[in-house]
Amino acid sequence: MRPLTLGRLLFQCAILGAILFCVMVLALKFGAVHVSLYGLGRDLLRVLMGKSTEISSQYNLILNLRLPRILLGVLVGASLSVAGTSFQALLRNPLADPYVLGVSHGAAVGAILALLLEPRLALSPEIASVFTPIGGFIGACVAITAVYFLGRREGRIDSNTLLLGGVITASLLSAIILILLTTMPSSNVRGMAYWLMGELSAVPSKALGWVLRVGFLLAAAVIYMTASDLNLLLSGEKEAMHLGVDVRRVRIVVYIAASALTGLAVAMSGSIGYVGLLVPHVMRMIFGSDHRILVPASAFGGAIALVMADTLARTIAAPSELPVGAITAIAGAPLFIYLLRRRLA
Amino acid sequence: MTSATRSSSSRHAADAGPGTNEPRLSVEQVSYAHAPNPQQAPIFTLEATSFQAKAGEVVAILGPNASGKSTLLQIISGALQPLSGRVLLNGFVTHNLEPRIRGQRIAMVQQESQLLFPSKAWEFVMQGRRPYGKSLRFETEEDVVIAKNALAQVSAEHLSDRWMDQISGGEKQRVILARALAQQPLLLLLDEPTLHLDIGAQVDLLETLHRLARENRYSVVVVTHELNLVGEYADQVVLLQKGKCLRVGAPAAVYQRDLLEQVFQTQLSVEMGSNGRPRVIILPGSG
Repeated sequence: MRPLTLGRLLFQCAILGAILFCVMVLALKFGAVHVSLYGLGRDLLRVLMGKSTEISSQYNLILNLRLPRILLGVLVGASLSVAGTSFQALLRNPLADPYVLGVSHGAAVGAILALLLEPRLALSPEIASVFTPIGGFIGACVAITAVYFLGRREGRIDSNTLLLGGVITASLLSAIILILLTTMPSSNVRGMAYWLMGELSAVPSKALGWVLRVGFLLAAAVIYMTASDLNLLLSGEKEAMHLGVDVRRVRIVVYIAASALTGLAVAMSGSIGYVGLLVPHVMRMIFGSDHRILVPASAFGGAIALVMADTLARTIAAPSELPVGAITAIAGAPLFIYLLRRRLA
Repeated sequence: MTSATRSSSSRHAADAGPGTNEPRLSVEQVSYAHAPNPQQAPIFTLEATSFQAKAGEVVAILGPNASGKSTLLQIISGALQPLSGRVLLNGFVTHNLEPRIRGQRIAMVQQESQLLFPSKAWEFVMQGRRPYGKSLRFETEEDVVIAKNALAQVSAEHLSDRWMDQISGGEKQRVILARALAQQPLLLLLDEPTLHLDIGAQVDLLETLHRLARENRYSVVVVTHELNLVGEYADQVVLLQKGKCLRVGAPAAVYQRDLLEQVFQTQLSVEMGSNGRPRVIILPGSG
């Protein structure tokens, strides 16, 4: 009997944090333009010491282009992965994730609608810059609500019906996305198509960056506060209720928080698949299914996975770039099939 | 006995009220109607049912399928709100208790406890400590002692580090019971706990329940189909048929041949054992 202690939790998070740091440094190094780790370290130190003017132009480019993109990858990867962990626990389905459930598609529809509406609304610049993520959040909320009700049978969540509901919702929303895209000026369509596959090149403005960071921290903290409740929800809503969990409250709070994470991530980077599905599984294999460690581990794991995938996307066909969603799908689809088959067996 | 169990039993003694003969659980004229939607006529009704249980007593709810046993148990647990009547536990209406308080006073062992992702037996038992903590908590030394004790009380200490999906049905049922004990409840509810158990494990479970009720001063309400085990171990029987409460009383009083034959639609005979406990013998082929 070895219950989780705060010390062990912090130790494991520190290890994951160290791995994430190493991955970020390597991601800074690799790219279309090659740089040495030594030069990178030297220039990073210079930035930290406030001597940014002494940085060579080559490194300046890297710090201004690659670093924000890596930081965005960290945020998006962590968001998707924490959202996936939450959906899997809430819906009691190990195959649930924002992408499979159609929540990402809902967020995409919301974000596109916001993009189309924005020029016609004459919004102030501050509101306009966060208008797309808000659209994404609302779209994600609507989609998860629809899927939740589609997946209910006689008042209970039915795993198979739920997955089916997600697939149907996703395909319906894909069609809506296509229709919306055709109404756009043709110059935007290629960019939108890339964005839909998932890509991290759109570095957010300063204000938007803060909205993303604060939004992520808030939503993740809210989910983390329910970690013990999520542990009990794994054995069913009735069981959790008899063990003192206010199931209704937890469900609503976590649905909203997880939809917010999905909405923010999709609004910034399109629908990147499989991160929310795969990472929680791998983390569960390593750390067990206690959400007090699983939620932070998934956040780190999602960040690590997405930064690695994005580095591949940038370098594999350099100087041109692949959408990172293509990399996660190519790596993720086989694993998804493996998990599905193992579950059926 | 460790300090943890001692504190638990003293809490129960304090909670039992002024006299030990006071009923702890009081089910008062409880009824229920279930309709798939409000416009339709109810497809299932439970007519007014009443009984009481003292601390240390085992009450069995008996009846054929679809007689309303599980519904009655859900109402007692506070999960379902009765259409009329009320259920009092130490004077408090169970349905109105705040979820966490309810979790401290009422433990429920469900028909099936599915696990989405495998967990160790001790982790499962530790879940029973959840009602005693705030939203995010780490288990204390006391929780560990209580969980160990709960496993010991059902003779399952050796299962502590085993995976829940790798132990037998009987062993799993004991671990699930241990989780309920870790809640240190006043009222222990069990919904067909003997389902899927072999006969030896069934006897073992009922015997354990009977002993725990006496030792820990729980009130136990168990839904089951096992007429003979109930006859042997229960202090009271509540006999239901098609949502109607036919009889409440000691097994010897309720177990009458004509009544049981009519309720269970089969020929049987009832004998009195030397210990004053009734035994039912099913007579197959004569009906």
